[in-house]
Amino acid sequence: MMIKPSSLRSPLGHARGLGSAKNGTHHWWAQRLTALALIPLTAWIIYSILGLADSSYVEFVTWLRNPLNVTLLVLMVAATFHHAQLGAQVVLEDYVSNHAWRVGSVIAVKFVCAALAVLCIVSIIIVAFGR
Amino acid sequence: MSTAAKPTTTRAIGAHGANRPLSPHLQVYRMPLAALLSIAGHRVTGCGLVFGLLLLTWWLTAAAYGEDAYGVVMSFIGSWFGQLILFGFSVALYFHLCTGVRHLFWDAGKGFEIADTQRSNQIVLASAVILTVITWVAAL
Repeated sequence: MMIKPSSLRSPLGHARGLGSAKNGTHHWWAQRLTALALIPLTAWIIYSILGLADSSYVEFVTWLRNPLNVTLLVLMVAATFHHAQLGAQVVLEDYVSNHAWRVGSVIAVKFVCAALAVLCIVSIIIVAFGR
Repeated sequence: MSTAAKPTTTRAIGAHGANRPLSPHLQVYRMPLAALLSIAGHRVTGCGLVFGLLLLTWWLTAAAYGEDAYGVVMSFIGSWFGQLILFGFSVALYFHLCTGVRHLFWDAGKGFEIADTQRSNQIVLASAVILTVITWVAAL
């Protein structure tokens, strides 16, 4: 920032409150961490789905009642939807030029992803614990 | 840009009047393969996968509603249209995964040289195709 020589405010006074909020890399870091987590989780879910391809409902429920499968599936769903809304946010912020549409669409994507993630996790728990 | 020395339009001149390359304009700039893979291979597939998550949600929610609802999802997935969507989803997923892993290497500061990037282009494309083929051979 340019400081006018005529200003009576000190350089520190100008700089205060304008610096890093200490979370500048949070979005970037969260996107990378979820990406890293999703590499093994994606491999696992594809392997599992291939094994379940011709199975009946009862076989699927039996598979989902395995504690390890419940854990991995909940982790996969949480990481996937978190990663999805972070990525969609970047795309919307890059390509939607109208401010209102940009903010509105980012909020909508975040709300929808959160709702779908909870719906998936609740469904997994209902199947895993029975009704 | 070979025409940079003699700009014919004002757009070729930067904000400070300097005669230097501008950032790629998506519609007029012939993108190198790495850029195409980044935008088409990573961003577009990522957006497609977000919509594909509706299928994941439907699958898990139907399982919670019971055997009948689960059967509806399974018969949809088993239909030719369902299989087509699933195939498209798997292609998008593997492209996004492979370009994404390369982005992680780039984030770590590795593979920025042009020769490295050209080689990783081939690795990314080949891996995505091979993974898709392996998955569908195993599935069918």
